[in-house]
Amino acid sequence: MLKILKYSFFDLIRSRWSYVYFAFYLLLGFVLLFLNNDLSKAIITLMNVIIMLVPLIGTIFGVMYFYNSKEFTELLLAQPLKRTSIFVGQYLGVALSLALSLVLGLGIPFVLYGLFTSAIIWNFTLLLITGVFLTFIFTALAFNIALSNENKIKGFGYAILLWLFLAVIYDGIFLISLIIFQDYPLDKLSLGMSMLNPIDLSRILILLKLDISALLGYTGAIFKKFFGSNFGVIISFLMLSIWVILPILRIVFKSKKKDF
Amino acid sequence: MIEVRDLHKKFAKNRVLQGVELSIPKGGIFAVLGPNGSGKTTLIKSILGMVIPNKGTIEVFEQNIKNNAAYRNQINYLPQIANFPSNLKVKELIRMIKDLRKDSADEKELIALFKLEPFLNKKLGNLSGGTKQKVNLVLTFMFDSPLIILDEPTTGLDPIALLHLKELINKEKNKGKTIMITSHIMSFVEDVSDEIVFLLEGVIYFKGTIQALKEKTQQKDFEHAIATILTDNHA
Amino acid sequence: MKYKRNAFRKLTILFIGLFFLNQFSSFAKTIIVCETCENKSIKEAVQFSEANDTILVKKGTYHEYNIIIDKPLTIIGENYPVIDGDLNGEIITIISDNVTVDGLFIINVGTSYTEDYAAVRVRRSKNFLIQNLVLEKLFFGIYLEKSKDGRVYHNKIIGDAKEEYNSGNGIQLWYCKNVEIEHNFVEHVRDGIYLEFSDFCTIKNNVSTFNVRYGLHFMFSNDDSYEDNIFEKNGAGVAVMFSKRIKMLNNSFRENWGSASYGLLLKEINDAEISGNTFEENTIGINIEGSNRVLYEKNNFIRNGWAIKVRGACYTNTFTKNNFLYNSFDVAYNSKVNDNVFDKNYWSNYTGYDLNKDGIGDVPYRPVKLFSYIVNETPETIVLLRSLFIDLIDFSEKVSPIFTPDNLVDKNPLIRKMP
Repeated sequence: MLKILKYSFFDLIRSRWSYVYFAFYLLLGFVLLFLNNDLSKAIITLMNVIIMLVPLIGTIFGVMYFYNSKEFTELLLAQPLKRTSIFVGQYLGVALSLALSLVLGLGIPFVLYGLFTSAIIWNFTLLLITGVFLTFIFTALAFNIALSNENKIKGFGYAILLWLFLAVIYDGIFLISLIIFQDYPLDKLSLGMSMLNPIDLSRILILLKLDISALLGYTGAIFKKFFGSNFGVIISFLMLSIWVILPILRIVFKSKKKDF
Repeated sequence: MIEVRDLHKKFAKNRVLQGVELSIPKGGIFAVLGPNGSGKTTLIKSILGMVIPNKGTIEVFEQNIKNNAAYRNQINYLPQIANFPSNLKVKELIRMIKDLRKDSADEKELIALFKLEPFLNKKLGNLSGGTKQKVNLVLTFMFDSPLIILDEPTTGLDPIALLHLKELINKEKNKGKTIMITSHIMSFVEDVSDEIVFLLEGVIYFKGTIQALKEKTQQKDFEHAIATILTDNHA
Repeated sequence: MKYKRNAFRKLTILFIGLFFLNQFSSFAKTIIVCETCENKSIKEAVQFSEANDTILVKKGTYHEYNIIIDKPLTIIGENYPVIDGDLNGEIITIISDNVTVDGLFIINVGTSYTEDYAAVRVRRSKNFLIQNLVLEKLFFGIYLEKSKDGRVYHNKIIGDAKEEYNSGNGIQLWYCKNVEIEHNFVEHVRDGIYLEFSDFCTIKNNVSTFNVRYGLHFMFSNDDSYEDNIFEKNGAGVAVMFSKRIKMLNNSFRENWGSASYGLLLKEINDAEISGNTFEENTIGINIEGSNRVLYEKNNFIRNGWAIKVRGACYTNTFTKNNFLYNSFDVAYNSKVNDNVFDKNYWSNYTGYDLNKDGIGDVPYRPVKLFSYIVNETPETIVLLRSLFIDLIDFSEKVSPIFTPDNLVDKNPLIRKMP
């Protein structure tokens, strides 16, 4: 598995798209910090980018890589390699190279800006960790989609739909259901629904840092426990980990059954 | 060497293999033939473990291949379409496959044979189809394995390369290896194979020498013999 | 007993006599209190003193309470002598004008549900000075009652209040006038500083933190001002209620978190001036109810949940030259009509441009978002803050306002932060 990972990873970090992705973050980091000169604003903009763009890129890249390397995968399948190693290896290769582009692309400008001496470093680190989690989650989901759909166009379609659903539509349904059921206690529903969507989950993790003053404005006891202590952070990270593990398990399971 | 028993496989509602029984002994060249969609590639991929059968067993080297990856160490497989990671260089791809197989390999001679030296430092994405197929052949023949499976090996090859390929196949045969080939080029099949396996509608319709096939169909040449089978069965 | 009382009366007459003698001769003497002196307690010393005397309390521990200062005296502690009330009740009560209390360490004030025992109480007196005291384990700290023209300076009040109902306030003013409260540190009491029916008072440079209820609390008090104070991590922030013409200048309101918590609560406040203050990381920066003609100028609102929340009828208020920086919500409004002016503020959420480079954005800014309206209706929706979907509906509301007041705009949003 490590060998496959290594080859997929090196293959990807030499691809044009990785450079584009890396360059985009590098540019974004420099523009935010050196043109704007406002760290707090930069962090907020970054949050929006990470929550929207990272999942999108993760899904698209994952699906694209899977379909494009179909023949290569077949070559590997004819070699004495376990299927799990091939697919999990490829998955980790894609996810790691994307995560690396993100961390380096944003990290370099921030380090040059002298972030390590600034108090905002924790917010920034949290953003990067969340970004890495989202990369791993959405690449895994993309692999799942690609594994289940032979048809490339269909696979891409589902990938975009998945992103659109989790990034926008889900929150719409979420909001409407909260408004409809507003006469009932909603603590559990609202926190539960946030846990079931990795994008919402990441958003809440970041909110815990950026908007804690507003979050504590609500009276519910569960809310208070969740937002007022480390409980929320721990649960959120736990859920994010589950969001990585479950799709990977499905990759393992699906790949054993699949015909090529 | 290969024992296939009661092999069934369907894709969605399409039943591709419907009880294939096949026994391939050690040594010799076997051509798997059949019309489009007869299940040639599916059969080969089942033997390689790339397609999971719905029913039946496959034994290679006296081992059941279910949930087994190690037996592929003794198979050289040439896939139908050679499409490799486009960012890798030819040299790196060869090194990588060697690394993955952990086998000793002799690629130098093959590279010289197909005149691939000028391409070694080029990225695979920039190669022509024929050159890619040559790289594909190098990857297949560089290991010393008792079983060689070639899926449409002639695709995109120029006449000289084709000649080299035939020589290679014969050389391996003379070493006592077993070689399975699928091909649409009948002259090529007739040239190289010792026995043919004819697949029709998901079962083995015929297995034997070309001579035996000619006798069975009462045709003088191979291509007509094949054509006869197809027309008879579609009539 | 009878004899004693007679003796006491005689003694008092004698004292009064001495007092007048003193007045004439102006020979104020210094009485020393220490553990080995003739006067072993402050109470005795007060008894033997004459008006305008100085009582010097040496370092030591004095178990005393109900010390009543009924003549103009200066009581000075040397190296912070400890007055321990042993939880028996009130410790020092001043009922005379011109009294100074300075440099004492007062602990263990009695707690009662029927009487507001204080460490130091000033009752119906003028020209008092209470300074350099340290108060611990107290019920009420410094309680000024119907007094005026005094000064409470540089005291440190450290309570251990946990609940509102069984704790007292740090500094309390009731029907007072012209009192200056400066450089005090108050923490862990109910209200750090509380003014009720007290006018023309000045509260300056105090630090009021970790109090169970309010850092500073005004009720029915007019024409007061408070400036350069720091209010941090109080249960509910600072409350100014039912008062007129209050000046609130250059204070800092920080980290007041909770569902009923704000940097500043204004309720029925008219004609106030609020300028130069910093509201940072409060659940609500300023919560405004029924307040009119208030000027909000040059304040900084930084990373609050809601910078300003307007409830109920508020008319002709002006918000100008303020900085609104990274608040989750800038302004929340629960009505559709608006009679308040927002002009020339800096909003970090502003995304417009300034083509003519005059420092004023060419597109007006709408500080009230649709989402703040939704959160007001269904508080749990707060978990959707900063979601793309919410941004989308906020954007559509911005383009054509339906739920939020149509005219609530800053027509001249600043491009650069106010210094």
